Amino acid sequence: MTSVPAPEPARLPAWRRFAARVAGQAIVLFARAITAVHADWRGVGPSPRQRVYFANHVSNGDMPMIWSVLPHHLRQKTRPVAAADYWLKSPLRAFAGAEVFRAVLIDRRAGERTDDPMVAILQALDEGASLIIFPEGQRNQGPDPLLPFKSGLYNIASARPEVELVPTWIANLNSVMPKGELIPLPLMCSVIFGEPVALREGEDRRDFLTRAAAALAALRPETRP
Amino acid sequence: MSPLMRDIALLALAVALVLLALTLFGERMRARRPQPDTAVEVFMTRVDSWWAMFILFTLAMLAGSWAIILLFAVASFAALREFYTYSARTKADHLSLALAFYIILPVQFLLVFFDLQRAFAVFIPVGVFLLLPFVSVLRGSTERFLSRVSETQWGLMIAVFCLSHIPALMWLQRPDQEPGRGMLLIAFLVLVVQTGDLAAFYTGRGRGWKRIVPGLSSKTWGSAASGLAAAAGLGLVLFWITPFGPLGAAAMAAVASLAGQVGHLVLSAIKRDRGLRDWSHLIPGQGGFLDQLDSVIFAAPAFFHLTRLWWQTG
Repeated sequence: MTSVPAPEPARLPAWRRFAARVAGQAIVLFARAITAVHADWRGVGPSPRQRVYFANHVSNGDMPMIWSVLPHHLRQKTRPVAAADYWLKSPLRAFAGAEVFRAVLIDRRAGERTDDPMVAILQALDEGASLIIFPEGQRNQGPDPLLPFKSGLYNIASARPEVELVPTWIANLNSVMPKGELIPLPLMCSVIFGEPVALREGEDRRDFLTRAAAALAALRPETRP
Repeated sequence: MSPLMRDIALLALAVALVLLALTLFGERMRARRPQPDTAVEVFMTRVDSWWAMFILFTLAMLAGSWAIILLFAVASFAALREFYTYSARTKADHLSLALAFYIILPVQFLLVFFDLQRAFAVFIPVGVFLLLPFVSVLRGSTERFLSRVSETQWGLMIAVFCLSHIPALMWLQRPDQEPGRGMLLIAFLVLVVQTGDLAAFYTGRGRGWKRIVPGLSSKTWGSAASGLAAAAGLGLVLFWITPFGPLGAAAMAAVASLAGQVGHLVLSAIKRDRGLRDWSHLIPGQGGFLDQLDSVIFAAPAFFHLTRLWWQTG
């Protein structure tokens, strides 16, 4: 499987664009009705600057959750970076991934891929999109708050320094639908946006990724169940 | 116009006038300050939320008992969600909590709707209390088991069982009364309890009175007493919507406000334990549903049973 660029929305027939918009609204409504998801703009405001929201990843609901709390005008310009093997598995997922979320699909199998995911990511940024990425690269099922970050975030920071990198903590979603459960629990979730992190002069990859991960983990709420 | 409709209209008019006065008062404060002032803005958001609640509740009263029950079932769902978001649980409780939200809560409110009073009184305190922990046991995890099942049961008791006594007040009417008058008793309870809370909140500031629980709440013995007095006063004024006489209404209002203020302190302690300031952000200016309803939730069962007792002996 190779990386596939999302189809240009303008090239799709009108009824498919309409179906995508309806499905998108339905996802937003569902997320709000079940989890009363709340945006906490702690370090930045919801401004139309070009951004990469980098978030913790515990559940498949993470990306729709961030997407749902963004105000409409930001949501239209924000695309998640997601795994092609997951989002192309069935026609329904392909519709959701490519047309509803307009995901930038990348091949996450480092050894076998033929396309560099960074090319697709930078191309989306150059087209003016903001992005949602999960730098842990996979769902975190363990006890630690975060897994070690992959290099993508550093590559974006050094290639496009003008883009704001916003740490984004998704709280409580893993209890709504733990792996292996069928029924989602209606528990409240929040999405906390922290202060942007930028690459410092002379900072190397490892230091930058550690600092970005610390900035993200610092947003984790103190309240305990 | 039937007497019931006339009383609903009169009460709605009176509450609307009070809210209008509060809105105008807030607008004047706003106009006087050169810069936007946080206290005034918070006050205005609160008044707006009261308008919304007043309009919703009045519409539900006009639509009939099913609408009132639905309204409180939705509030119960939101309150239970706030409680369980911060309660002790593990993955092994997933099914128990799903049952609480999707089965137990609707059943409790259906029992109110179908007037099954005996089942209403025992379903959660007896049936669910005995059986729900079994669902968690089946998953085989005993880690913090007692805390988990206790907190699950507490959530159901507060957010579902106690809260469902608010719509159940509709049952409390004498046979010689017009059907549906019980709805006015709900309005009575909510109004006197909220007024008591507000009076306690606004009179207690900067008088050097002794705090009831220092370190938890700014509530003082003096402010609690003025809350009771305000509730009793309003109860007296509103006696005509209740089945009680003037003094009886004042006494019931004071008791309801007492139970309500106790409930507020208890839920404040739970919030403090969990490190929360508010349960959620769902009601602008007020916090969450549990913040808004905490005192009414505790007042409702006390008010419900005392009213029954009153009639059985009186």
